[in-house]
Amino acid sequence: MASVAAPTPGSPDVPTVPLMVRLAQPRILIVLAALTWLPLVAYVMFDASRLVLLPAIPSVLLLWALAMLNWRESTVALIGATLVCFWLLIAVSVPFLPLVDPNQPVQPFVKPFSEARDQFFWLGTDFRGRDMLSRALWGCQRVIVWGVTATATAYVIGTTLGLIAGYLAGWWDELISFIGNVILSFPVMVLFIVILTYFGPSGFNIIVAVTFASAPAIMRIVRGLTLDIKTRDYVFAAQTRGEKPFYIMVVELLPNARGPIIVDACLRLGYTTVAITTLTFLGLGLQPPDPDWGLMIKEAASSALLFQFSYMLLVPALSVSSLILGFNLLADGLREMSLRD
Amino acid sequence: MTDATPILECENLCLSYFTRAGEIPAVVDFNLKVMPGEAVGIVGESGCGKSTVALAIMQYLGNNGRIVSGAIRFMGRDLTTMSEEELRQLRGSKIAMVYQEPMASLNPSMTIANQLMEVPLFHDDDCDEKEARKRALEMLENVRLPDPARIMEAYPHQISGGQQQRVVIAMALLSNPNLLLLDEPTTALDVTVEAGIVQLIKEISERFGTSMIYISHNLGLILETCDRITVMYSGEAVEEGSVEQVFDMMRHPYTRGLFHSIPLPGADKNARPLMPIRGQLPLPHERPKGCNFGPRCDFFQEGVCDSGPIAMETVPDHQRHVTRCARFAEIDWDAETEVAAAGAAANLGEVVLRVENMKKYYELRDTSLMALISGKTSRTVKANEKLDFEAREAETVAIVGESGCGKSTFAKVMMGLETATEGHIYLDGKDLANTTVQKRKAQVVGHLQMVFQNPFDTLNPSHTVGNQIARVIRKFGVEQDPEKVKARVMELLDIVKLPRDFYKRRPRQLSGGQKQRVGIARAFAGNPRVVIADEPVSALDVSVQAAVSQLLMDIQRENRTTLVFISHDLSLVRYLADRVVVMYLGTIAEQGTTDEVFAPPYHPYTEALLSAVPIADTRIKKKEIVLQGDIPSAVNPPPGCPFQTRCPRKIGTICETEAPPIREFGPGHRIACHIAPEELEAMDPVITMPAKEAAA
Repeated sequence: MASVAAPTPGSPDVPTVPLMVRLAQPRILIVLAALTWLPLVAYVMFDASRLVLLPAIPSVLLLWALAMLNWRESTVALIGATLVCFWLLIAVSVPFLPLVDPNQPVQPFVKPFSEARDQFFWLGTDFRGRDMLSRALWGCQRVIVWGVTATATAYVIGTTLGLIAGYLAGWWDELISFIGNVILSFPVMVLFIVILTYFGPSGFNIIVAVTFASAPAIMRIVRGLTLDIKTRDYVFAAQTRGEKPFYIMVVELLPNARGPIIVDACLRLGYTTVAITTLTFLGLGLQPPDPDWGLMIKEAASSALLFQFSYMLLVPALSVSSLILGFNLLADGLREMSLRD
Repeated sequence: MTDATPILECENLCLSYFTRAGEIPAVVDFNLKVMPGEAVGIVGESGCGKSTVALAIMQYLGNNGRIVSGAIRFMGRDLTTMSEEELRQLRGSKIAMVYQEPMASLNPSMTIANQLMEVPLFHDDDCDEKEARKRALEMLENVRLPDPARIMEAYPHQISGGQQQRVVIAMALLSNPNLLLLDEPTTALDVTVEAGIVQLIKEISERFGTSMIYISHNLGLILETCDRITVMYSGEAVEEGSVEQVFDMMRHPYTRGLFHSIPLPGADKNARPLMPIRGQLPLPHERPKGCNFGPRCDFFQEGVCDSGPIAMETVPDHQRHVTRCARFAEIDWDAETEVAAAGAAANLGEVVLRVENMKKYYELRDTSLMALISGKTSRTVKANEKLDFEAREAETVAIVGESGCGKSTFAKVMMGLETATEGHIYLDGKDLANTTVQKRKAQVVGHLQMVFQNPFDTLNPSHTVGNQIARVIRKFGVEQDPEKVKARVMELLDIVKLPRDFYKRRPRQLSGGQKQRVGIARAFAGNPRVVIADEPVSALDVSVQAAVSQLLMDIQRENRTTLVFISHDLSLVRYLADRVVVMYLGTIAEQGTTDEVFAPPYHPYTEALLSAVPIADTRIKKKEIVLQGDIPSAVNPPPGCPFQTRCPRKIGTICETEAPPIREFGPGHRIACHIAPEELEAMDPVITMPAKEAAA
């Protein structure tokens, strides 16, 4: 930097960026997430062939590798991402794994790490004789697919309402906030139960219930962020250009609210997973016989009263805990990193 | 005086912050000596380490800051070796600090009385509550607060910013400290309020004999308050001496550069433009070898300035005047600096913008029960009252006023975010007062653009610089073809003197000055007829300020754009404006050409404003007019003349009952005041320069 006469400093030399760092762009991340997500939805919700899951497997692995490289500064985020990616990987690859059919009874009450009918059961079998390992691994699919889809739907609706309430203010704000407050004043579980008993238990109605219960809280967060961001000069600049409110909300406001929204989404994914599991446990969610963690806990509840059969409860319970822990650690890590700079 | 123990002495002090990126030296080899009763100013731009020095003196460096070497001696005792308990006894009693943001230094949930009484109760063992209250009350009187008894019982949010800062100063003085640290104590305040605080600080040093360290970026303030000055640049003290030595016989190129980049009276945008310091402050971990200022210095010589660390050297024949320049003996300091290319004065065209009798009232609805009972459910706030002025093509019209004077409301109405309550705003003959921006034609919107105040807010952090400028070009239909749009963006980047590869940068990778340049490029992207600049440089550092305002004027001259320059900085306004409109509480107090406004006859408010602005020139003599009190709220303006509550020249009840008449003192020079014209004509000028200089 000796006697440089330029009035402004020249661009710093752009070092050759390693491939993995270059891949960590929003556009590529969205493509990877879509490649993971759409096949899963197609497979679980619409009974597509298991072949659709093939592109999802490398996508999950790549997402995990990117997370490992870019979030090195936060150990918590790394652990969270690893837990979540582990279950994601299981979800997309479980149809290809050499597992026993999860709905096929073999022999009831086989203890973990023991053999029965020429088969070795790592985690034993349940009271109907179905393989626990197979059921636990298959079970993650439904929780993840319905949980994430429901949260995403709640986010789309909550964010839209929050942006409208925050940016347009006035009567819009009064109306949306009032309805939101009314919904929020119900206990969440009561709300879930009312909706699901009214509409009948099914995956799609879980989405409706979760959206109903979560959207007002999301609306409040986004509304608060919008109220802050809309006082910035760049929003003022867009207004003085004569931009339409829709453009300002989507282009000027939303991208700058994304940080807290992503953190909250990770936390909320955890809550939703708990809620779905609880609903299934109550018999209001996904219906048997297909494996599901909540269902497994429910079915095991009576048998597991005996200590020797507690594994039937522990396996699904630990599985769901590890996934929720993963989401929560991820949220913590992301917040930690966002506060650092 | 040399044998007395200094109150504070920093010796070869090196401070570093330890971050993930490694050790970052914040302050290197810093020496400072504060004698009893002396006021020392530390001046420098943001990031030069002046606040770090203050924190080190308080031993508040935080978890990652450390004193690497050197010593800080307070009355002979080394602070760096003291225990936490000893330091606690010292802070607040022997050393007190006043911070920049008064609201943040007061506890919002405690009354002023309780906060003040804490100080003697904690530091003085034989002081009971009654005694503490007495002392607190006395001190509030000492800092010239009106009605101290009422303020004692108030909570911080119930008093104004200026009063809060006085309370903070009172709190600092309560324990009778030996050393008072003031870190930009007036930066958050309005000019006329600032003048009051500065006067108070001067009084304190005279009455209590307290030694002071005054940290500021404003050379004028240092001149008014301090005896000695230390100029800091990029973590080093570059020059130190008495105020007279440094101001009149500077021996460091950076100090000289600073003085050339602030608009002093006598600078003129056409004949004697400002000389900004080129380049940028280096980041702490990218400092060059040798002299830190080397890459930006006009006197840089390879082999001399970049060979190694440069030591502080005493200037021969000057007492206690040191400089950190390897070539200070060779440079001819008295030589007239080469004057930047003088430009011809722009010849003004026809009237582009005409504001006629514009009023903007807001209605405040009060839905409280009390309001319903008393029947006063709505009140009007007169944000703008009868604005009347015009601006010609290629002309710069400055709107001057303090916070709450209605200048932002006016900008909003102009830009079409609000509609005027009454009156007209003509742009090229078309009335815009009642059309919102949504209803204006794209071309009209493009003709009226704005440059914003806060560089950190002006650009959307989520989009690249190029996209943000391109959006404006497409929106106003200047170009539609993607290739041509991009070419135009590149052209604009060239015009604002930014490298072309900034196209792909995001705002967080830019410095404040660079962001402001992008903001200017964005405003000029639609080929505007009128650009409103709302305090475009007030958040920037002194040396960057000069460059950005120069740029703004160059582009304006080139495009023959009309510039409405909103500012509170009278020095800058005098330098770049053709016409000045002085506003107070929503009304125009005075308007005229720059020469007319800055010379008698003055409106009493203009006179006070002129006197309040600190000027960094030892030769200038100023009349001292310090306004009492604070600016009244626009919700509840005083009857009659809005300025009557603070006017030092108030003539009687007529000021309280009748709105002042607007008198014409020359073509276009109008003053709204009750005082007889002859009396106004007979006023003395506020600023006087020695005859020789004034002629130049």
